[in-house]
Amino acid sequence: MSKTIFEHSSAGRKGATLPRREIDIPLQSIIPADQLREKQARLPEVSELDVMRHYIALSHKNHFIEKGLYPLGSCTMKYNPKVHEALVRDSGFNNLHPYQPEATIQGSLEILYELQEQLAEISGMSKVTLQPVAGAQGEFTGIKIIAAYHKAKGNHHKTKIIIPDSAHGTNPATCSLVGYEVVELKSNAQGRCDLEHLKSIVDDNTAGFMLTNPNTLGLFETQLEQIAEIIHGVDGLIYMDGANLNALLGIVQPGKIGFDVMHFNLHKTFATPHGGGGPGAGPVGVVEKLVPFLPVPMVAKAGDEYYFDYGHAETSIGKVHTFYGNFAVLLRAYIYIKMLGAEGIRQVAENALINANYLMALVKDHYHIQHLEYCMHEFVADSSWQKKEFGVNTLDIAKRLLDKGFHAPTIYFPLIVPEAMMIEPTETESKQSLDSFAAAMLEIAQEIRENPEMLHEAPLTTPVRRVDDVRAVKVLDPAFNLGD
Amino acid sequence: MPYISNTDADRRAMLDRIGVESFEELIAAIPAKLRMDKPLALPDPLSELEITRKINASTGKNICAQGANSFLGAGVYDHFIPAAVDSIVSRPEFFTAYTPYQAEVSQGTLQFIYEYQTMICELTGMEIANASMYDGASAIAEAILMAVRKNKLHKAILPATLHPEYAKVIKVYTEGIGVELLTCPARDGRLDLDALKNMLDESVGSVVVQNPNFYGNLEPVNELGQIIHANPKTLFIAAVDPISLAILTPPASYGADIAVGEGQALGNSMYLGGPLFGFFATKLDMARSMPGRIVGGTLDAEGKRAYALTLQAREQHIRRAKATSNICSNESLCTLAATVYLSLMGREGLVEAATQSAQKAHYLAQELARIKGCSLSWPDTPFFKEFTLQTAIPAAEIVDRLSSRAIFPGVDLGRFGQPDRLLIAVTEKKSKADLDELVDALKELNNE
Repeated sequence: MSKTIFEHSSAGRKGATLPRREIDIPLQSIIPADQLREKQARLPEVSELDVMRHYIALSHKNHFIEKGLYPLGSCTMKYNPKVHEALVRDSGFNNLHPYQPEATIQGSLEILYELQEQLAEISGMSKVTLQPVAGAQGEFTGIKIIAAYHKAKGNHHKTKIIIPDSAHGTNPATCSLVGYEVVELKSNAQGRCDLEHLKSIVDDNTAGFMLTNPNTLGLFETQLEQIAEIIHGVDGLIYMDGANLNALLGIVQPGKIGFDVMHFNLHKTFATPHGGGGPGAGPVGVVEKLVPFLPVPMVAKAGDEYYFDYGHAETSIGKVHTFYGNFAVLLRAYIYIKMLGAEGIRQVAENALINANYLMALVKDHYHIQHLEYCMHEFVADSSWQKKEFGVNTLDIAKRLLDKGFHAPTIYFPLIVPEAMMIEPTETESKQSLDSFAAAMLEIAQEIRENPEMLHEAPLTTPVRRVDDVRAVKVLDPAFNLGD
Repeated sequence: MPYISNTDADRRAMLDRIGVESFEELIAAIPAKLRMDKPLALPDPLSELEITRKINASTGKNICAQGANSFLGAGVYDHFIPAAVDSIVSRPEFFTAYTPYQAEVSQGTLQFIYEYQTMICELTGMEIANASMYDGASAIAEAILMAVRKNKLHKAILPATLHPEYAKVIKVYTEGIGVELLTCPARDGRLDLDALKNMLDESVGSVVVQNPNFYGNLEPVNELGQIIHANPKTLFIAAVDPISLAILTPPASYGADIAVGEGQALGNSMYLGGPLFGFFATKLDMARSMPGRIVGGTLDAEGKRAYALTLQAREQHIRRAKATSNICSNESLCTLAATVYLSLMGREGLVEAATQSAQKAHYLAQELARIKGCSLSWPDTPFFKEFTLQTAIPAAEIVDRLSSRAIFPGVDLGRFGQPDRLLIAVTEKKSKADLDELVDALKELNNE
């Protein structure tokens, strides 16, 4: 067990220095007495070396992309190029203040402007806002835009949004936040939207439809044209959750095939680091008729000058972020797109699909796969054979994978596949690394036959053994006890 | 370069194993009509050397705070960041990991979040903090939404002294579920207590107070606590500057129910305003209504101390349409920077940073107020590290003329309809010479 940073404290020890005081006005003379803190906050008292050792020790307990395959489905854990990091840390970017005069940030504005254009081209959308800082905030922005469109048209009766049962949880949560009622659409036997069910739930009150494409089973929604006809037929708008955009790059432009608004996850598709859960970026693209509703400001260009454009403030949904979004993340995605070009972008999708299908071919005789057809960038296997015969479930298999040096797939999602394991290898993995992951999956299948008990004990070799997350809820301990 | 390892020979072998002739067979399910019929119109790819040159050319068109004498703040601050912060944050073990879904191989991330939550609780006086929100603005919005969940009262009061950009974000976040937002007016650069008393009744679900407020001024938080809690159901949301909490009373001690704020100042570079991160802390009895991820201490199968994501039944991946928030990805790496920063600065260091910021700001305010054509907007109102200056010359003109000399004198409040005001922020990074340079420059502009 490692101590917390607080337990490394020694009274009076310091980890940083500041200049001596050139101006020494007593605080009592400038801050009202009743607002001065009486007891110092009990922050750690540690040296720089203490801090380095502590956090380096913690870092060793993490799985990360450079350590091994990270096949979290729908998370697109591809390699994050290091040139991004080197360039982003330049002081010409990291010290920029959001309220600097525009004349002093022309280089950054140019990058933002070009990124807006590039993402518009890749998605086939008319315009793209870079402001949302996460996929879920992109969804929120997109659904607000749908609401603004209907409000502008006087469509006050439109109160519901249709979402397939295979969707990410953020989709329904987002719609609730915008004030829409969520209607769940069933998937059919082919793992796609059930069109008959869709027809039965669509009506004049339908404001829109949210669709992940490819969907979370890793399958392309083949009936898109019919879906678009049905939804557009009642003046509904179609939102694309872009979590799985990696599969479509250079092959399909969502804005050209019926989608009206979509978000990008730059931390998935465009190789910006996931950061242990963020920061990401969730730009949103829209078709022409939705441009007036985009958040303010956009980055625009007049002659050779770039500027923040608030011109459509009257019709805009407003702002979702204090400033202009996660600039440092946007910059990485910009570098990535610039280095790939059109051909490289398309290669990303092709290789992501080949890798996923290859991996599926290697494991499909050993794990049940509900929808056995060529997949896009990911596929969903499950442990139904192992569960029925040996009482070993997906959680056990996931934990055993950790022992073998891999991260587990996304598990128990999508909800429509019991005991799901959603596997997305990404294009940056080599054939050899896929072979070793498949070998580990096969070894586990063998272990399950020989020693199912051991699987319940897994993981055996990780920094801690299986973690009791039920206890974490029952005996809630959200902060270290610093004493009285 | 798409960072692809496989060669043509690898791909051939893989396609053979899959059992197809070509890649095209894999996408046969995509109707031909839906596919692109020409390549993307993107510029030719650049090598690492070429993109480096291009980016260097871009930074050449920027003037950064390092190359300028900047007094810009308004929510994003240029505080000192020890080098060791980036040394930790730039480790791929942290930055290429994802959300700690598999706790056994994510203890590094889980433990730092637990430590971060502890530090936020200690600074704010609260009992539980989440793992972060997107920024200070969305943290306030989420606090208002949590208050609605808690007391079912769809009315919130925002202060006129709130950051105007926060107010915009809050409106967008809360209008969907029908929250009525009222604005309490200001007097002398602070909330008008009498006006607030008049506005408050049992229909008000929450009152937001920003302290220090947008103008840098300290709100009368103790009185505010009493006034707000005269209504037993109304929740008091305090939006605070985390650095100020080294020397200012923690929100819990003046009666705040929820403490939130912009966390960027804790060890994160400014990056043109993003990423930022919002912190969010409250009392234990509201734990199950909170938005966002929370890490809790627990045990592993051998009884050893371990950490896990907890109270996940609140979250979107489980509760879906009934989740407490739609947030999934947050700003985790920024909170790692904050955690390492707070560890390095430590209890004395953070007090020193806060103290020097306040002292230097007050020195600068005194000196500027002596200049003909300049005065403090509210000379008798206390402030922390940022203050508002009344200027005879329009603020926009001052900014214009000084930025050509690489001085950013402050935020021109003309962008918020107050063209004769500059909002001036000072951190411990400013030397006396930096402060005097601004004083001299303003004297010159005013022909002194």
